Amino acid sequence: MDTLTISGSPHVFGGQSVKKIMYGVVIAMIPAMLVSLYFFGFGALRVILVSVVSCLIFEYLIQKHLMKLEPTINDGSAVVTGILLAFNLPSNLPVWIILVGALVAIGIGKMSFGGLGKNPFNPALVGRVFLLISFPVQMTSWPVPKPVFSSALTDAVTGPTPLGLIKDGLKLGKTVPEIMSDPTFPDYIQTLIGNHGGSLGEMSAIALILGGIYMLIRKIITWEIPVAYIGSVVIFTGIFWLIDPTYYADPLFHLLTGGMMLGVFFMATDMVSSPMSRTGQLIYGVGCGVLTILIRIWGAYPEGVSFAILIMNAFVPLLNKYIKPKRFGEVVKHG
Amino acid sequence: MKTFQMGGVHPPENKISEKAAIEVLPLPQKAFIPLGQNLGAPAKAVVDKGALVKVGQLIASGEAFISANVHSSVSGKVARIDNVLDHSGYRNKAIVIDVEGDEWEESIDRSPAVIRECNLSSEEIIQKIKEMGIVGLGGATFPTHVKLMVPTDKKAEFLIINGVECEPYLTSDHRLMLEKGEELIIGVTILMKALKVEKAFIGIENNKSDALENLKRIAADYKGIEVQPLKVKYPQGGEKQLIKALIGREVPSGKLPLEVGCVVQNIGTAFAVYEAVQKNKPLIERVVTLTGKSVKKPANYLVRIGTPVNNLIETSGGLPEKTGKIISGGPMMGKALVSTEVPVVKGTSGILIMNEKESHRPLMSNCIRCARCIGVCPMGLEPVLLAQLSANERWEDAERERILDCIECGSCHFTCPSGRPLLDYLRVGKNKVGQLIRTRAKKI
Repeated sequence: MDTLTISGSPHVFGGQSVKKIMYGVVIAMIPAMLVSLYFFGFGALRVILVSVVSCLIFEYLIQKHLMKLEPTINDGSAVVTGILLAFNLPSNLPVWIILVGALVAIGIGKMSFGGLGKNPFNPALVGRVFLLISFPVQMTSWPVPKPVFSSALTDAVTGPTPLGLIKDGLKLGKTVPEIMSDPTFPDYIQTLIGNHGGSLGEMSAIALILGGIYMLIRKIITWEIPVAYIGSVVIFTGIFWLIDPTYYADPLFHLLTGGMMLGVFFMATDMVSSPMSRTGQLIYGVGCGVLTILIRIWGAYPEGVSFAILIMNAFVPLLNKYIKPKRFGEVVKHG
Repeated sequence: MKTFQMGGVHPPENKISEKAAIEVLPLPQKAFIPLGQNLGAPAKAVVDKGALVKVGQLIASGEAFISANVHSSVSGKVARIDNVLDHSGYRNKAIVIDVEGDEWEESIDRSPAVIRECNLSSEEIIQKIKEMGIVGLGGATFPTHVKLMVPTDKKAEFLIINGVECEPYLTSDHRLMLEKGEELIIGVTILMKALKVEKAFIGIENNKSDALENLKRIAADYKGIEVQPLKVKYPQGGEKQLIKALIGREVPSGKLPLEVGCVVQNIGTAFAVYEAVQKNKPLIERVVTLTGKSVKKPANYLVRIGTPVNNLIETSGGLPEKTGKIISGGPMMGKALVSTEVPVVKGTSGILIMNEKESHRPLMSNCIRCARCIGVCPMGLEPVLLAQLSANERWEDAERERILDCIECGSCHFTCPSGRPLLDYLRVGKNKVGQLIRTRAKKI
């Protein structure tokens, strides 16, 4: 024995690491990734690869040359941001727009605040919303899913999302049941497995739910945010649907379409930009749900998940400040 | 099965020495007996250099209110009274004795006979415990007699005995419960008498089913003692967590267990109380676990206080190659030792030897605000926030966020995926906030 290590307790550690958490999220995204590859083939692969690689490169360059830090790109967080950004893009998006999105996501969404753990907003959503506002046409022309092994020859290249169909149909004076009865409108099974128009990762509710369950089991996320988010969406849309089913779509439709499941399990639960206390997480989840539906029903955009989560991200410091966990010995109980 | 609800973690138990029966460690050649072995003021030496002492003779007297007597654990000649490196990492006053023979004070009953009857009054018992220098043997070393003196405006209802031993690796309490069950149950009845309570709960985690069965069987013959199995969860051995787990009461923030009618004593203390009251034996030896994955012979030793840690290591096959860290206590709350020369003291529950690979903390990275530290905090605190406040020297805010409630269990650092030394920051903060409160009190 030459030297003894001296340090304060504890002397054993749980073996968790940022890397394990981040690659856990990546594993949870694999089902949704496979679905997107199945429906969009090479287009999906191209978007995912470009997004992930550019996020990694931008993070490396910014850390090394602007922040003069030891790059930490192998912690997996840039990979997660890259995949999430890709999931929010249509599969036919030009490469240069993806690069712009990745630069905004990593450069402005993450690094400008100081890097991992310091960003108030979800970086992938910052990138996505920037692109949506800057390139509305390219960002909202979604290729029609064309399964890799299907023999159907369709000429249709792009089509609207189910949420877009509803919004446009209502403007034309149609009722919701009329719009939904159109043969081209996807039924619940199709939305569940992902056979409808949309960004490449938000298609299949079932694949996203699988990933969410995996993250819950591995304790990467807690149940509070998903449950509060889904619960508030069901209650909020349920009330309106019961009042007037000809004008408002039913809760199940809202849950299975758009970026709902992607938002619920992968975006809202981002630990960096969500509240720390359990009660805070419940409030945050309800806020996300209510805002999403407000935007979907009365907003200008057919989809509201990204905006809702970004708005709630802004409330997180406030929630952390005022919603405290229950302290031990706060309430004196005699049992 | 019962446990506490808030927070907690499950470190690997690694109780590799649990099957090793208690062995008497040979006497050291020199004993280094520190004067400050208890929480509170150190004792004052009452022997001089050159004095001849016997085993069990008073060598330092605890005169302050919170202090404890120190007795010689060996017979021989006082070589010097000097500053000696101890488990705290500092040099502190200690009495160094050259060991000659093993001559005990005649007043001590060394027969193995178990004495069940105790006819002393509550005051007499407390006086006896004070004389014999008994302190809490769980590691905090609070003088036991002080804990037993219930202020007139408070009332003790229950005695809580801590047989949890929730620290990984440590097995000294486990072995004691197996081998000295009868004695320590009698110790519990003596403590009940001292406190004038009718009911005692002994909490034991269910990873020690043999100890549980043993104490249950013995306690059946005594009135008012309930042995309660608990679900394994760290830090169940924390006073407040144990009370919550056993009887569901929550000790208010900043208050002592007496606030909810409880006094908590360690199982090892109950055994020491038995020996002190029934056998007239001062606290001069204790059971120490010597363990570690690379140790040749993990063991539980009955060790005289003042024996250098090195003697335990040598008896267990010597210091393993590539030793990186030696810990006094368990891996969650123990202290890293600076040398193998430091002596075993009253609060030494175990010596844990870790190899180089286990000795280093994981590399630190940015906090990802995952809130796991908040989830595992058994006191419902926000370690991430307290660490930030402490780093920014915002002591008043830290006080408001109840930094002083922290029990330093280490669950936050244990669980942090970014390897952030949260407890280090909290210790600094607690220290500063404590100073702040003391200066405030002086001004008024």
